[in-house]
Amino acid sequence: MSATRGLCMRTMMELDQSCSNLREYGSEQSLLSKPDGTSTFVQGDTSILAGVYGPAEVKVSKEIYDRATVEVLIQPKMGLPGVRERAREQCVRETCEAALLLTLHPRSSVTVVLQVVHDDGSLLSCCLNAACMALMDAGLPMSHLFCSVTCAISKEGQIITDPTARQEKESRALLTFAIDSAESSVLMSSTTGSFSVQELQQCIAISQKASEQIFQFYRDSVKRRYSKIK
Amino acid sequence: MLFLNFYFENKSFSRFRKYTNTAHSRCFLAMDTIHACFKEKIGEVLLPGDVFSFRLPESGDGSIKTEKTICGPGLRRNGEEVQVCKSGILRHKQPNMYWIDSQQRRYVPAKGESVIGIVTAKSGDIFKVDVGGSEQASLSYLAFEGATKRNRPNVQVGDLVYGQFTIANKDMEPELVCIDSCGRANGMGVFGADGLLFKVSLGLVRRLLVPQSEIIKDLEKIFPFELVVGMNGRVWVKAKTVQQTLIVTNLLETCENMTSQQRQTLFKRVADGCL
Repeated sequence: MSATRGLCMRTMMELDQSCSNLREYGSEQSLLSKPDGTSTFVQGDTSILAGVYGPAEVKVSKEIYDRATVEVLIQPKMGLPGVRERAREQCVRETCEAALLLTLHPRSSVTVVLQVVHDDGSLLSCCLNAACMALMDAGLPMSHLFCSVTCAISKEGQIITDPTARQEKESRALLTFAIDSAESSVLMSSTTGSFSVQELQQCIAISQKASEQIFQFYRDSVKRRYSKIK
Repeated sequence: MLFLNFYFENKSFSRFRKYTNTAHSRCFLAMDTIHACFKEKIGEVLLPGDVFSFRLPESGDGSIKTEKTICGPGLRRNGEEVQVCKSGILRHKQPNMYWIDSQQRRYVPAKGESVIGIVTAKSGDIFKVDVGGSEQASLSYLAFEGATKRNRPNVQVGDLVYGQFTIANKDMEPELVCIDSCGRANGMGVFGADGLLFKVSLGLVRRLLVPQSEIIKDLEKIFPFELVVGMNGRVWVKAKTVQQTLIVTNLLETCENMTSQQRQTLFKRVADGCL
């Protein structure tokens, strides 16, 4: 670990091992009839249902004169939304604002509603992926797509991608990154726990590699959806 | 020059939704480069973030022709690149029009499109009309055939109106009129004493408005009915009896996701069942 060469080799091995360690994921679009765009995203056992309304009317107090206002609501499986949901909403909102072309719809609102159907770890990642698919389904103009990967660092220093709830509880650090499709750059990061700078960079590299799989999955799922119309 | 460009846009896009920012893109490049870039992807599904970049040919032989490429809905010019901003299939119309065909439910007002609106309020000289967009459109009471200051049109809150947008861009409140440029109604105005209004996706509406629409031809064979289609996804149907109206409504709502084969089998089954 102290020698540079050892570190590089370990990173390469971890990249190879961890990339295939994303849990099984699946998605569906256009399920509900009322919202303008809907999608579900399932990662292992974690499942989120997203609905997008927009561009719609906005209250005068919330309107912005030159861009659309993005609102995100996360409803937990049980109980009322609390501070934890508000923090996640802010992460999702800022990522959506970076990806959407908001200046095309001034003085209107885009509302994203996320319902937690089941939580088994990597919740914020699943929320972001579901939000991206729902925004695509609604046909809102976006400059690029985004996806999200969670990494957990265990007490021994092993990096696990897409952890389950139990792996999250046993880890000493949890890092979530939102990666964009154009340049694979980090749009948003949300971390808890303690980790070193090298571990942070390793996690970012692993997330960027894993995001390629997810973007390819987006492409395949949209292709399947449009295959009937052709 | 600006006016001419706008007029050209209007004629080409009479049937499609427009993005006022990106409806027109002028590329001063060799003809082969542009068509070659787009041609390989025509008919393919593209996602936001996909980029077409044009590079000037390296041999400066001076034979570069100026050529106009029209980028329609879903495509956005960004300097020397054209970016895709919606997911959908890339379509092409001769000679130089490209756009992304996406399935969407939400309507964004665009100039020149005819829509069905619901009157929500009467305030002074204008009616406020809900067209399904982010803002309500305004409709002046003088914008009806034969309307004068003394002779006001008979429009109540809750009526259905079929009108055209004269002003519809992202910065201003949209405005509707129910007369054409000659002052005649031409099918526009208040309608819908009976019948049923329902909402479908924008893609289906465009398929219904195609000149020789197969869906309409197939439906006509079942029984006669009156149909008004607005580009904001709203459709109004009226047939002889309430049951027939409901049948037509259900058929239109279900044939969105069907191939033409499945649709024809379904219509045939319904026709046999009715008769």
